Amino acid sequence: MNETEVLIVSYAPHIRDRITVEKLMWSVVIALLPALVGAVYFFGLRVLMIIFLSVASSVIFEFLAQKSFGRKVTIYDGSALITGLLLGFNLPPACPYFLPVAGSAFAVVIVKHFFGGLGYNFVNPALAARAFLVVSWPSFMTKGFIPPRFGSLSGIDALTQATPLTLIKDTKTLSPTALAEVIDKLNSCDAIRNLFFGNVGGCLGETSALLLLIGAIFLLLSKVIDYRIPLSYLGTVFLISLINFLFVKPQPSPLFHLFSGGLILGAFFMATDYVTTPITPKGRVIFGVGCGLITMLIRLFGGYPEGVSYSILFMNIMTPLIERWTKPRVYGY
Amino acid sequence: MLFRRSTFSGGIIPKEYKEKTRSLPIVTMPPPSRVIIHFSQHTGAPATPIVKLGDRVKRGEKIGEIGGSISVPIHSSISGVVKEICDLPHPISGERSRACIIESDGEDSPCPDFFLPGMDTLSIIKEAGIVGLGGAAFPTWVKLSPPKPVATLILNGCECEPYLTGDARTMIENPRAVLEGAEIMAEVLKAKVIIVAIEEDNHEAILKMKEAAREGFSSLIFAVMKRRYPLGSEKQLIASLLKREVPAGKLPYDVGVCVQNVQTAFAVYEAVRRNKPLYERVITVSGDGVSSPQNVRVRIGTPIDDVISFCGGYNGVPKKIICGGPLMGKAIPSPALPVVKATSGILIFSSAEREEVAECIRCGRCVAVCPIGLVPTFLYHLIKKNALKRAHEEGVKDCIECGCCAYACPAKIRLVESFKMLHDMRNRYERD
Repeated sequence: MNETEVLIVSYAPHIRDRITVEKLMWSVVIALLPALVGAVYFFGLRVLMIIFLSVASSVIFEFLAQKSFGRKVTIYDGSALITGLLLGFNLPPACPYFLPVAGSAFAVVIVKHFFGGLGYNFVNPALAARAFLVVSWPSFMTKGFIPPRFGSLSGIDALTQATPLTLIKDTKTLSPTALAEVIDKLNSCDAIRNLFFGNVGGCLGETSALLLLIGAIFLLLSKVIDYRIPLSYLGTVFLISLINFLFVKPQPSPLFHLFSGGLILGAFFMATDYVTTPITPKGRVIFGVGCGLITMLIRLFGGYPEGVSYSILFMNIMTPLIERWTKPRVYGY
Repeated sequence: MLFRRSTFSGGIIPKEYKEKTRSLPIVTMPPPSRVIIHFSQHTGAPATPIVKLGDRVKRGEKIGEIGGSISVPIHSSISGVVKEICDLPHPISGERSRACIIESDGEDSPCPDFFLPGMDTLSIIKEAGIVGLGGAAFPTWVKLSPPKPVATLILNGCECEPYLTGDARTMIENPRAVLEGAEIMAEVLKAKVIIVAIEEDNHEAILKMKEAAREGFSSLIFAVMKRRYPLGSEKQLIASLLKREVPAGKLPYDVGVCVQNVQTAFAVYEAVRRNKPLYERVITVSGDGVSSPQNVRVRIGTPIDDVISFCGGYNGVPKKIICGGPLMGKAIPSPALPVVKATSGILIFSSAEREEVAECIRCGRCVAVCPIGLVPTFLYHLIKKNALKRAHEEGVKDCIECGCCAYACPAKIRLVESFKMLHDMRNRYERD
């Protein structure tokens, strides 16, 4: 060997899995694309503008924040892109164009970078930004819903005044017979089919369960996300809504609860955010069950029609505690 | 016939890279012109040198006497003259330790009487300097004299590190000797059962071992294991085969088991039946930086440079040379270092770029793959915050350094590296 050549001495392991942070993040971006296409199909080209604004501003804010905090600029890792995409998915299709920009600023600068940047934020940036927007501009966030191109806001032809979950909240003032009629319609095959395919009003990325599930299956099969959180989350929602459906009459069916609102989007794409959810296997199950419980509590008894985003935010805050409770058992003890 | 999945929790399934050498027969390298023999090639106290400068020694002659209650003697691997006794860098510990350099007289004449007549089997194994050849180099005679009865001997043919095929070839070429070695050890232990564990994709070894077992080895149980790293690790193998867990701070005999590597069994056979102390072993020379990857039987103490030359020399410019496997092996600073008893392979790589480390995104992969049940990223952050004592107590003390966490980390964080550094620091602190 040539004397001038120097051997590299480093600790084992000397081989590594090929997975990288970038690959993981970009996989999530790819998994969100079917739902994005669906959103454009259902709500028109305006969706593209909203998504473009939220994504572009997220990436720009990430760049500015990293520069001004003296951190390494990592805008190509896909992390800000996901935040922008998810934030856009959580906005009503008719919202004004400043909303995604304001939301991105809050998500990236305050939630993510004020707390240390990638890996250190304690709540999901996109969801925190959504909560911020709901509180700051409630009318834009609740009145910006429009019916899909070939359907109605509620997914039922006869009722057009509200999204399905809002409809249930409003029916509490109805007479018992009128209520039963509405619930019957919501439980009909047609209504569930509309919910499943996305032919219904809602935030622009959450309406089509089918398109979100296609992305989710890709993430599960490529092991980008763990099945534990989505399974326990959806399972809990299913169980509670089933009990509710069987013992309280009249109530929407478990299928209605699974496919309405932002549950599928939340369970597969936001409750599985690595940074803000437990890393322990058991902790993930507890996290999912907690999300399911709170979602159903809000949907059935709360003042808001939808509880997915708040349930995930609440469980985000619980994450350090859950992790402490659920440390795996160490071999030999 | 016993079929079992590997059932220890965690672990990884890395690419094997064994196809290069698994089908190549073991070639015996001629004795080198000079060997560097360390007196500490095993876990425990170093052997005490019993040769002086200028002494003539023969092949197999004892040059280091057993140096403590956990120790083994050391033998010369060639015949020649002791040229130097000094402290030289050790390929495994990385530190300087007592060694002697023996220059060959070119005759390779064997020492006439290795063992005293009438010695019992255990003493022969002890005198032969046999240690665990899987990589840990724990004195075999200590393992074979447990303070509690051991009912099960596991013959460990699970070579879970990528690239390495020395165990596989030993089983393919010397199945009878390996099984006989295992039987000798079972006799010493008074063990009732011998379980032969081989990974399922090691077809030829399974075939040959079973063929050999049909000729008079009726008490064997074969276990064909699913491939998963670190299955070859004692505790993981015991958990997979017997669903028993070795309690923290205890050893396999506490659960009535003794695990022995197949090459160790072969060495025991050679010592007991062929009167031959441990002065050579089979190593796999592989990696993209060597011209012709091979399984080579080399004398202990052969400079790694010589071994590489024997395998056709370098292919391109070497960037990294590893003693052992790619997941737990040690990168060495110079190919002038010698082969020791624990060297299971020499891997030469012509590229060794270290990936840039990104921030932990808390994906949980390190938790999922840790076979011990630790939360590596948490321990890493403790170490980073300099909470060393807490990190040690909260899990680093139980880390087996298998490297699964660092292998699986998408952010390329040097997890196991930080645990090893903490181990090293504590060891040094306790020693001084």
